[in-house]
Amino acid sequence: MRHTISVLVENKFGVLARVAGMFSGRGFNIDSLNVAPTHDAELSRITVALKGDDSALDLCIKQLRKLVNVVDVVDFKEGQAVIRELVLVKVKAAGSARSEIMQICDIFRTKIVNVSEGDVIIELTGDEGKVAAFLKLVEPFGILELARTGVLAQLR
Amino acid sequence: MKSSASPTSFPQPEIGREMKGADVVVECLAREGVDVIFAYPGGASQELHQALARSDKVRVILPRHEQGGSFAAEGYARATGKVGVCMATSGPGATNLVSAIADAFMDSTPMVAITGQVFQKYIGKSAFQETDFFGMTLPIVKHSYLVLDAKELPRIFKEAFHLARSGRPGPVVIDIPKDVQQALVTPVFPATVSFANPNIDAKVEASDEDLKHVLGLIAKAKRPVIYAGGGLISAEAHADLKAFAETLHIPVATTLMGVGAFPETHPLSMRWFGMHGSAYGNWAVDQCDLLLCLGARFDDRITGDVNKFAADATIVHVDIDASEHNKNKRVQFPVVSDIKHALKRLNELIVANKFVAPDTKPWLTQIAAWKRDYPFSYEESRHIIPQEAVAALYELTKGDAIIATGVGQHQMWAAQFYPFDQPRRYISSLGLGAMGYGYPAAMGAKVACPDKQVIDIDGDGSFLMNVQELATCAVEKIAAKAMILNNQHLGMVVQWEDRFYGSIRGNTILGHHDNIGGPDNPSGIYPDFVKIAEGFGVKARRVFKREELKEAIQEMLDHDGPYVLDVIVPYTEHVLPMIPAGKTVKDMILK
Repeated sequence: MRHTISVLVENKFGVLARVAGMFSGRGFNIDSLNVAPTHDAELSRITVALKGDDSALDLCIKQLRKLVNVVDVVDFKEGQAVIRELVLVKVKAAGSARSEIMQICDIFRTKIVNVSEGDVIIELTGDEGKVAAFLKLVEPFGILELARTGVLAQLR
Repeated sequence: MKSSASPTSFPQPEIGREMKGADVVVECLAREGVDVIFAYPGGASQELHQALARSDKVRVILPRHEQGGSFAAEGYARATGKVGVCMATSGPGATNLVSAIADAFMDSTPMVAITGQVFQKYIGKSAFQETDFFGMTLPIVKHSYLVLDAKELPRIFKEAFHLARSGRPGPVVIDIPKDVQQALVTPVFPATVSFANPNIDAKVEASDEDLKHVLGLIAKAKRPVIYAGGGLISAEAHADLKAFAETLHIPVATTLMGVGAFPETHPLSMRWFGMHGSAYGNWAVDQCDLLLCLGARFDDRITGDVNKFAADATIVHVDIDASEHNKNKRVQFPVVSDIKHALKRLNELIVANKFVAPDTKPWLTQIAAWKRDYPFSYEESRHIIPQEAVAALYELTKGDAIIATGVGQHQMWAAQFYPFDQPRRYISSLGLGAMGYGYPAAMGAKVACPDKQVIDIDGDGSFLMNVQELATCAVEKIAAKAMILNNQHLGMVVQWEDRFYGSIRGNTILGHHDNIGGPDNPSGIYPDFVKIAEGFGVKARRVFKREELKEAIQEMLDHDGPYVLDVIVPYTEHVLPMIPAGKTVKDMILK
């Protein structure tokens, strides 16, 4: 099952390695991972998205709670949280393709944040479904580069 | 000995005089009540050794290998409940500590491992003797620190010792770059520690409601069993357990970590159970209708096939570590609690509520019959056999020694034929199963308990792995003794070869293959442990003959110094009973 796990940690070196190690040491493959400070500069939030066996993951979460620098762990099951991701995608956009891409962007309410001679950079936020749908539509134009934050989550 | 407060606590932070980081470390050790550390110097830890040399607060024992020193720190911790401390230099010194850190993690042993690190400006540059020890040990520590500023040393040491000994104990690593050791600082020693993680210092105590539910389950039980683990020893809850079991007439089987948590000569004791444990203990756990697991973790060497383990029982699992619940075995009633609190409160509730103990007489009668018919036993031989040697040691020490072991057959026989009535008397690498543990652990235990007989019951394979610690014991005058059950083979692996691999020897012979030594071939015995000991200046003796055994053991016990008794035994004995790995009680091999 797909899980999105939010781990509030002390902002100290080594913490990310401890948290990531807890997953990797048990054979979980992390789909996405995001780390950034919170409104409290001493704390950071690590958001991990992964698929895995529920009971193995439950154990993993209990063991995460034992880590000295971990303050809180929340496991969001599907549907419990608002989930968003930011994507920057550079798409080939020469000639008539440019206006077609702009139309798609309009429909998805995305922003074009850079325009060059042969390409555009599009900024997109959304849940995984929206991101996947958008990327499917722009893929035929030719994706040159892609960077995404991995998912962030907040309880509804 | 367990306490979460440090022995010397100050209501206010205390400001020290200006000193080097290395001197701050020594001051921190003294403040934590450390009286001895096992430390091997090197370039990156030399400042620390210089600071220790300037002070008379902490005894420094120089092991002859960092692994020996770190196992000794564990032996010290296991014998006392206090935090054991070892220290090594960066790189190879540090990597030699890894086995003991992993062992302390598995067996919940309170330990602080201090390592020197290269100058900060060299970190990450493949400097001489540089390894990322912080990164390397991440999966095997309770917590770890890389100290970047000497001002942080007092807080870090206070936290480290607190973490090592509180809650579920474990190892903490402190890696200190050489420039931090050299820096001049005015240290501020904190009075208390606090952690952002609310679970770290939370009081973990079962509610009365939960405990009353447990008593309700006991009231209905006809065949209850207590399954007691090492957590009882960490929590110093053995007296509470005894009162609880006696009041309610519930039989007790321990794990190997729990050996001594309940007196093994007590009528309610079923000794220890699991792969090589007592037949009656295993049968009782298999057939019980209520299993009270206290401070244990359903290890695979205990459960065998976990799905068939105690299949008809309602299982209550009391443990301080919530992550142990439903980890290996789904249980009906997990209780997160300090075991000392749970048992103490249960005993109070029994009195306050005039709780009537269930009638376990028929159950105890059944167990008594099993105990009578299937005790730990062995058939005598014309040679000294290992079981007989352990039994003789038990007799001559009147059961009052601290026993350390290596890993293998001898480790099981030591536990089978040397019943322990006290906790902290059987010191063994049980979760990790680290060969070479025995003699250094005995050394550490003897340093902690100089007035007790401390004997390493060892195998010839395990003993050789840390034989160099004979030098430490000789020079430091530590009277740790070793009784080697020398069968010239890696006995436990040989046993598996005999049982499961058609007796094909896959690198399990320790001597010359064309002239294998043994009781019938004395000239083939290899190596000569008596000569090795002589070289170290340690008294030693070899025995072959049964009629000399007890006299030789007595000589070892009477000797005022380290001693090696090399007991030559046949390699053909198997440890029984045996539940093959992953199998069930029904598959137990008795003969």
